[in-house]
Amino acid sequence: MSLLNVLNIAGSGMAAQSVRLNTTASNIANAESASSSVDETYRARKPWFAVMEEALPQNQLRNQYGQSSPYKQHYLLDSKGINAGVAVKGIVEKDAPLEMRFQPDHPMANDDGYVYYPNVNVVEEMTDMMSSSRSYQMNIEILKTAKQMLQRTLSLGQ
Amino acid sequence: MAAIGFKNALGLHSNALQLRAQRSEILANNLANSDTPGFKARDINFQHILEKSRQPDKVINDRLHFDIAQPGELTGSGRLAKPQLAIQPTHQQHFATSDSLNALLYRTPSQPSIDGNTVDSQTEQAEFARNSFNYSASFEFLNGKFKGLRNAIRGE
Repeated sequence: MSLLNVLNIAGSGMAAQSVRLNTTASNIANAESASSSVDETYRARKPWFAVMEEALPQNQLRNQYGQSSPYKQHYLLDSKGINAGVAVKGIVEKDAPLEMRFQPDHPMANDDGYVYYPNVNVVEEMTDMMSSSRSYQMNIEILKTAKQMLQRTLSLGQ
Repeated sequence: MAAIGFKNALGLHSNALQLRAQRSEILANNLANSDTPGFKARDINFQHILEKSRQPDKVINDRLHFDIAQPGELTGSGRLAKPQLAIQPTHQQHFATSDSLNALLYRTPSQPSIDGNTVDSQTEQAEFARNSFNYSASFEFLNGKFKGLRNAIRGE
């Protein structure tokens, strides 16, 4: 039933946005985590969003001559595959260069007197936070509306 | 006198209700993917599909009905500017697809973003709200039909 699927879609959106908010919180919390080597330094983390693909099994999608499709795009075109919400494919670390500060007195300073700081851009994280919280709210509204529509449908004929 | 069957009594309102529910799914998916890079917002042409569902005789099973989605074809209000093209399979590797599948079009972006995402949250939210109002309207019509049927059965 389509309306029940709306609940799943909005739920997937909320889950994805909460993961995004989680990474933002982690990034801001670790914005000043100093380290004495490049490898150990914290790097800003970002979620990787992708369309959730509920592809049909190979044997269910056939052309009129009975051949199954070798192309992935054919599944994406299917309406069953496209309305599945959003998925977090993974968390990726930001590639931007780390910040090196010359602080010889710092306990974490290396032999040359440098301390490495994470490549977290706090301004960017704040905008990310606002964006994800708005998107979360939007999904909640969708959920509410779908719930009302469902409840009305249940009262059909009464 | 023709018998009063559910099909005759309810008319197209049950189809419309189902289509509204499906459209709400598509719009919810657009909104859920408003931050997904490369995602293209999609929508259906409600009027066109409803017309098709009312004329099932004209749709031949082994014939492909493609809706060629040209840029600018589907506006925010879901209007279709170009006439429909019917395409025949001419090669054995052509895929037969269902009507509902071909009806899924791409929305023309009003403010394209650099990551390839074409979801405009405001447009989608407005369309979702409009769709849920229309759903309520279809529901009221259907409910009225059921009430009418019940009155007819009671005969009071």
